[in-house]
Amino acid sequence: MFPAAFDYAAPATLVDALALLKQHGDDAKIMAGGQSLIPMLKLRFAQPGIVVDIGRLPGMAGIARHNGHLSIGALARHVDIERNADLPKLCPILVDTVHWISDPLVRNRGTLAGSVCHADPSGDWGSVMLALGASIVARSQAGERVITIEDFFKSPFTTALKPDEIVTEVRIPMPGGPSGGAYNKLERKVGDFATVAVAVHVELSGGKIAKAGIGLTAVGPTNIKALAAEKALVGHEPTEQVIAEAARLASEAAEPKDDIRGTAAYKKDIVRVYVQRGLRTALGRAREVKA
Amino acid sequence: MKVSMRVNGAERSGDIEPRVLLVDFIRTNLSLTGTHIGCDTSSCGACTVLVDGDPVKSCTVLAVQAEGRAVKTIEGIAGTGALAPIQVGFHEEHGLQCGFCTPGMMLLGEELISRIPNPTDEQIRWAISGNICRCTGYMNIVKAVQHAAKLTTAASKAPAAAMAGGAE
Repeated sequence: MFPAAFDYAAPATLVDALALLKQHGDDAKIMAGGQSLIPMLKLRFAQPGIVVDIGRLPGMAGIARHNGHLSIGALARHVDIERNADLPKLCPILVDTVHWISDPLVRNRGTLAGSVCHADPSGDWGSVMLALGASIVARSQAGERVITIEDFFKSPFTTALKPDEIVTEVRIPMPGGPSGGAYNKLERKVGDFATVAVAVHVELSGGKIAKAGIGLTAVGPTNIKALAAEKALVGHEPTEQVIAEAARLASEAAEPKDDIRGTAAYKKDIVRVYVQRGLRTALGRAREVKA
Repeated sequence: MKVSMRVNGAERSGDIEPRVLLVDFIRTNLSLTGTHIGCDTSSCGACTVLVDGDPVKSCTVLAVQAEGRAVKTIEGIAGTGALAPIQVGFHEEHGLQCGFCTPGMMLLGEELISRIPNPTDEQIRWAISGNICRCTGYMNIVKAVQHAAKLTTAASKAPAAAMAGGAE
């Protein structure tokens, strides 16, 4: 399979990349690792006039703590998260999730930021970012803009990014107290897209849940933030009853469709079960953490 | 557009459209047909090559993305006529049947051993989890990688032992 013909540019600086986007607007498509874009090009779902390969931009592959948040550079690959020595302690849900993403070869090229920008409702990172309350940092010639993840996903494969903007970084707030997260995914075979997956994140304060985030994968037009379920957790002690109610509400927030991976009713029930499981794991992790 | 890269240690270049996939550049322009095309959808791993040491699916990489990079294909595995440890492993443990997935499996095995000298069965299984063997010969592929790991470890110890002996 060949993509339709396109022009190609691999700018050496962010300034050059932003100028190309300004010039070509909607006709340009940004490529980082290319692991979502190249399959789309080959299937001719995407036929941009020009591919702007940002893979050679310097200084954008870092993973570091900055002013109360964890910064994931736009070119940090899945494998960089997988092998990062600090993340298992700092943000274990990222390490949980990364093993579920496709296969080792795709993880050697694909990036977290690219995956979030691809905005596939079956994408794993989107739900995790919703659960963690991440922000997306975007640059254009006009300057820098920080977009909260809730405002980022608009519809399938569509984000709040403007045609002249490049994501430079994903910011994950570092929790103020003991916290834990978990990502559970049901897939038909190793490396498959999710039938259903659920990301949960909790922060504890004085034995009660101070913050809660729940993101749902592959059960709607975008990754879904289960707001009502989150609200049902905050301010409460994490009893089995509270967990069960949150799971029920999350299941109601899911809008899955019948497809080859399962019926809608089945998927809704998996959401319920995985919210329960995820919360138990996340709470267990939070209790182990000394803030 | 012009593209050049180091393939199996030699500088190679071509004049291609940006849409040309790395696997097609390798097979068609460079006539290195050991890299196979299986699914052409990033699912099977038959097209595995190493780019700057990392295994990638060359059906899902543009040739222009490899500009200036070091690419290793299965043709780069055996250097001087003698079999490389990974080849000996596959030979001794019957790690291949039809052979279609073998180039990818060997490159993955070699890269894994370079990172983790004594990989466990589980580490090998994870490493090859993006590559499909249609003959389902996975048991022997895992054994072949284990075999190669032992040979590689023995080979890396041997010169050290010889040097130590010489110093006495």
